[in-house]
This record gives sequence, structure tokens and C-alpha cells, in this order.
Amino acid sequence: MRRSLLFIPGNNPAMLQNADVFESDGLILDLEDAVHINEKDSARMLVSHYLESKQTHSLEMIVRINGLDTPYFQKDLQAVVCQQLDTIMLPKAKVKDVLDLSKMLDEIEQTKQISKEIKIIPIIELAQSVLEVNELARFPRVNGILLGAEDLSTDLEIERTKPGLEIIYPRFCVIYACKAQKIDAIDTPFTDTKDEQGLSKDCETAKMFGMNAKTAIHPNQVSIINDVFSPSEKNIAWAKRVIEAKKKAEASGLAVFSLDGKMIDKPIIDRAINILKKAEKFQLL
Amino acid sequence: MKNSLQREVPVGFKPFVSPTAFQKKPRIMIPEKNTNHQIVFFESLEAMFKEMGISDGMTLSFHHHLRNGDEVLNQTAKVVEKMGLKNLHFAPSSIFPNNACLSSLIKNKNITSITTNYLNGDVAKTISQGYLENLLIMETHGGRARSIEAGELAIDFAILATPAVDCMGNGTGSLGKNACGALGYAIPDLKFSKKVILVTDTVVDKIDNPEFPHSYVDAVVVLPSIGEQKGIVSGTTKITTDPVGLKIARDAAKLLHELGMIKTGFSMQTGAGGTSLAVADFVKKQMLAQNIVGSFASGGITAYYVQMLKLGLFEKLYDVQCFDLEAVTSYRDNDHHFAMSSSEYGNPMEPNPIVNNLDFVILGATEIDLDFNVNVTTDSNNWLIGGSGGHSDTAHGAKVTIITTNLIKSRMPIIKERVTTCTTPGEDVDVLVTERGIAINPKRQDLLAQLRNSRLNIKPIDELLTLCYQITSKPQVVVHDKKIIGVVKYRDGTIIDSLYQVKK
Repeated sequence: MRRSLLFIPGNNPAMLQNADVFESDGLILDLEDAVHINEKDSARMLVSHYLESKQTHSLEMIVRINGLDTPYFQKDLQAVVCQQLDTIMLPKAKVKDVLDLSKMLDEIEQTKQISKEIKIIPIIELAQSVLEVNELARFPRVNGILLGAEDLSTDLEIERTKPGLEIIYPRFCVIYACKAQKIDAIDTPFTDTKDEQGLSKDCETAKMFGMNAKTAIHPNQVSIINDVFSPSEKNIAWAKRVIEAKKKAEASGLAVFSLDGKMIDKPIIDRAINILKKAEKFQLL
Repeated sequence: MKNSLQREVPVGFKPFVSPTAFQKKPRIMIPEKNTNHQIVFFESLEAMFKEMGISDGMTLSFHHHLRNGDEVLNQTAKVVEKMGLKNLHFAPSSIFPNNACLSSLIKNKNITSITTNYLNGDVAKTISQGYLENLLIMETHGGRARSIEAGELAIDFAILATPAVDCMGNGTGSLGKNACGALGYAIPDLKFSKKVILVTDTVVDKIDNPEFPHSYVDAVVVLPSIGEQKGIVSGTTKITTDPVGLKIARDAAKLLHELGMIKTGFSMQTGAGGTSLAVADFVKKQMLAQNIVGSFASGGITAYYVQMLKLGLFEKLYDVQCFDLEAVTSYRDNDHHFAMSSSEYGNPMEPNPIVNNLDFVILGATEIDLDFNVNVTTDSNNWLIGGSGGHSDTAHGAKVTIITTNLIKSRMPIIKERVTTCTTPGEDVDVLVTERGIAINPKRQDLLAQLRNSRLNIKPIDELLTLCYQITSKPQVVVHDKKIIGVVKYRDGTIIDSLYQVKK
């Protein structure tokens, strides 16, 4: 369950030092696009040391490795897979890549005696990945899928716009694939880091479509993303009232009851439970 | 001798006891000067020096309203050097990097004593290295006003940069090519110095409502230039874009919200730094969203507060100095933008200084310790880098004093077990807001009770220190030189700490 994931360049010690203060639900320590080819080795070492230093942490630790079509990904995996790592983010993911990565993680986890299963977030950045997204969502290690609209636009030879009309189809593909598997649909980053209103609007749109979370490419974006993707105070209050009414109805042997003149049945109760789960997870209760 | 904070006090000075000790003392005021004779106009500082009889050992005061654009202090220093005057006591309200020329006068014993409220740049380095013959006296803005009116800081000549002067000898900060707005820091000098010299580069026919009425003035010096107006925009006067600074500001604003401090009629002051202005920005958003109008904002005024006044978010601004040119214009044109003298601002002996009416103040810190004592005077190696200014005055007066600072700067923890230099006593500091948590002074049980069910990340200050050490490890303790080079006066004139020569 996520709202915000913050990208941090893996080769920037100053940003890494403060990366955990911005209240994102997870950090994406980037070894891919944010790191110049000449700094791949040092970034790998820095991220590895950073993860080792986080003996206890409440944030999800994600590393975006280099793609499986590059000569770097194996070294990336060897360096960063450790007990403190939660998730690998895989660029330009296709079904075969996720299958290969899953096998590699099986081996490394066993070799390093890691006592948990490292998860995978595939990034949908290719037209082929959009077509394969339903299969990608079914992999056991995959617990979320990120739409990478910038690279996808390049692959589609289309122009990215702020309203995002051009990415409606892949957005829905990601959302439906994820919702079908009960995993997180994670929205593409909003790249204008100075446009707070634009970010807020983009988050609202993504949330309305069904996205659970969004990635941030600047720390200042996190609070806006969290605000939009958190249950509102009003919704939390409503959900509490639904659960309270449900308890009373159960005591009276009723499966269906009314609240504020509206019928409350299982789907609505489930929605209320979901809101309260999120509120609890994000410490909003 | 040690004061109540266990800080060394040199012989001949009174030790700090508590922030409220001054309340038991009577207000001492020497008679205000009044000059009704003909005002003399000079065309050079040197001519004025000779005619007015400025000589060895005298005390000359200055204000810093032109900040890093001021040339009056520098040009006066050149005359002192040329005339070979010795053992002078300079008492500028602040010293800025552009006043670097004072360093050679300190080394050559032209200047042997300095009293000021703030200093950085080359002069600060020179004094840190032990070149000033007598002890440096650091005061607060309100403390300086008290000290001057009490005759404790006895000024022979107040040499006051004045952006415009009329033929009668009235002076104002609102007109002229180097208009700097409010002249609040110079008012005590004007009223209580033995002689007052206005130095200007603009003479006009008539000034209505002058900040410097001619009745206090003895002479006017008209120079081609008193400085560079754009130099008053020194330091950071824009909202920070640094994510850590914004995180701190956002949390400070959340804290103010949870304490219920943003309400109709509230009053506030922040510094001009980027993080402080970011707090003001978050407060502004709350005010707009909830249709809240505050009573006043005060202090050094920036364009940001001018904009809030224009939006009707505050009924008035109390301005002791303008930090930028928008503030200068607003001070001149807006009837709700008021000047205040440094005495009206923060003099502890005033019956009701503005600082006492503040609901909250947002301040910075170079260091803060486990007792919430704050250092804004030196760095951790004893180099002078600033001074109280209005820090101690507002910290004491405001109902809630909030320090906003990064927990770690340049890999150094900002929280110390004991601050290198104590500028503001912890008793007057209520809250510390950092990017990794908020600490409330245990003396403010009322605030802790109010925040009991808060979702804010509130931690004891020693936990924040432990967190620092986990990231930076424990820094080696800096052993300072034993030679005392100055003292930090609390606003009541007692010594809150001594200043030490840097280790060579």
C-alpha cells in the first residue's frame, strides 16, 4: 500500500542523507537514468552502503537498477540486494525480463541468506510492456506497477502534455492490470517540478482513474502527492461511521442497513474498511 | 566569575541571572539631547571632524540601515585613518562584510573598542583572531537602545547615514537616491548622543514627518554618495526552494496550526531567511484559506510581508528596518506600514515593547543545546559570524519562540550538549523544529499538553541529538583559546557569555 515514492539519484550523498525526511512512503534509489555512465560504479557502492546503514527503517527501500538490456544490471543486483532492500524497480520491463529477474533474485536471496522475498515493480515504458501488463501483474514478486510515460512517449513517438490525454490508454491498462491482482497502480511522475498546481491536478486525475500512488522526482512534490492520495478527513470520518453502523446492524442481525438515508451493503462496507486500512497505514487515524 | 548558565564573566561586568531579572531594576534614562542652535552644513567628513572636534578616545556610533551598501562607516574610517586618530570606540548597530576596511584600523589601534549587535565578514575574522585591543561588546537591538538611554553606551558623536536631509536639518530614510526606509536602529543614537551628525547625499527643500527631527541635529555632512541602495538587499530575502528548508517550514506551520496560533488578531515575526519566509508563506496560505486577518507583523520587513499587508492579511506592519526596496517603497507610501525605534521594538525597559505583543516568532540558530540555549554569535570553532540582533529580544517577548534549523549542516550536528556561545537563554526558547523532528522545551508543559495527541513528530531534544550522532557520529570537542576577546550582553546589560579568541 503506497501513496508516494521518491526518486533519489544514487550518486548524490547529500540527497541520500536527507532522503528519508520528506515523508514519502518509499525511496527509489536510482542507479539508472539519474546516474551518468561514468558514475555507475560509485553510485552502486553508495547505494549499497546507504542500504546497509539503514538497519531499521519504516520506508520502503526500492532500487531502480539498470535495464536487463544493459551491461550493468548484474553488478547492480549483486551490490544492492540485501536484507534492508524491499523492492527492485525494473526499467523497460517485459515478461521475459521479469521472469529472468525473478530467477536471479531467487539465487541471490539464497546465496546471501536473505530472509524475505524482494519484490519487483516493473516499469511500463514500452508499447510492448503495455500489451504485456496483465501478465506482468501476475508474477508473484510483483506488488506494484509503475507507468513510465516519458520513455513510453518516446517509444510511441508522441509528445507528452500536461493534461496527459495521450497516456489515458496505458494509464488504464496499468490500473486494470493492477486492480485485478490487488497490487498498487503507480502513476508516472509529473516532470515540471515548479508547477505545484499542475502536479496536484495530475494527481487528482490519476486518483480519479484508479491509481493508488505516484512517483515524485523532487522532494517538494511528496507532500502534494500524499495529500491527494491519502484518504481525506471527511472520508475517514464517513468510514468510521459506516463501521460503527455496521456493528450495530450486525447486533440486530441485519446484513444491509442505511446511513444518512442511503443503503449500506457489502461493497460500501468494503470501501469503508479500505479507507480505514489506508488511514491506519499512513497514520491518519 | 560564572553566571547562572555557568558561563564565564570577565571582571568588571555583571553576570546574567535570568531573562526576567531586569524587571526588578529601575529604568535609567539620561536626559534627551536638544539642540536649538544653527545647524552647520559641511561638504566633507574631514571638515566636520576638525570643526566639531572629534578626537582620540571618543565614541562614534553608526546605524546599519544601508546594510551591505553602507559607505558612511567606511568613509568615516578613512578620515580616522588619515587624521591618525587613536583609541576610538566605534559603536555601529551592525558591521557587514563591506565594512572590511575597519580591520586595518583595528590592527593599527585607531579603533580599540567596538560595541555592536551583529558582525560578520572580515572585521569579524579580525576580532576573532584577537586583534581588537579591548573587549568586543555584543548587544541585542533592544539592549543597545536600553544601554544608550541609560548612558551605559555613552556616545560622543552619532554619525548617521541619512538618505535625505532638508535645509532645516531634518532627515528621512524615505527619500533620496539611497532611500532605505525605516531608521529605527538610529533613534536612540539620535536622542541620547552628545552630538548628532547626519551624513547625506541628497538635500531637499522640506521633509514632512522626518525620522530625524532637526532639533536633535548638530551638523549635516553632504557627500556625493552615502552608499549603494541595492546593498540593503543583503542576505536571503526569498522563500527557500531547498526541500529540507521547506519541510522544516511546513512542519513549523503545522505546529502553529495545531497550537491554534493562526487566528484572527494574531501577531508574528520571522527572520528574513529563506526558511523563515517559507513559514510565513505556509501561514499566509492558512490565513487565505480561513479568511484570517492578523493584527501585525514586525521586525525587519521584506517584500513578502508588504504583499501580505496589501492583501489585507495584516492590519499593520511595524518596521524597524527595511530588508529590500519593496519594503522601502511600502514604508513611504502605505499608511499601515509603521516605523518603530529599536527601543519601541525591543528595549526591555520600555513599558510595552512590540516584542512583548508577539504571539510567536520564528528564529534561526547556529547551535542549540540540550537546555535550548541558542548560539547565533559564533560558529562551533569560535569564529564570530553574527550576533543576537533582535534574537534575544523577540525570544523573550513572544508568547511562543520557535527555532527552525536543519538538524545537520555541513555534516555537523546543530544540537550540542552545550552551545559554543550562548546568545539567547534556553528559558526563552520554546520549540525547536528540524527536518527530523520537533522538540518542545520541557519548561513549556502547556505546549506539550496541547500537542499530546498531535501527529507531529515530537521528540525530546536529547533523542534528536542521538539521531544526529547516528548520522554524523559525535564531533570532536573544540577546545577554545583561553583569551577572552569579548562579551555577549543579554538585553538587560548583564553578561550571558564571553567570546574567546580562535585557536591559532
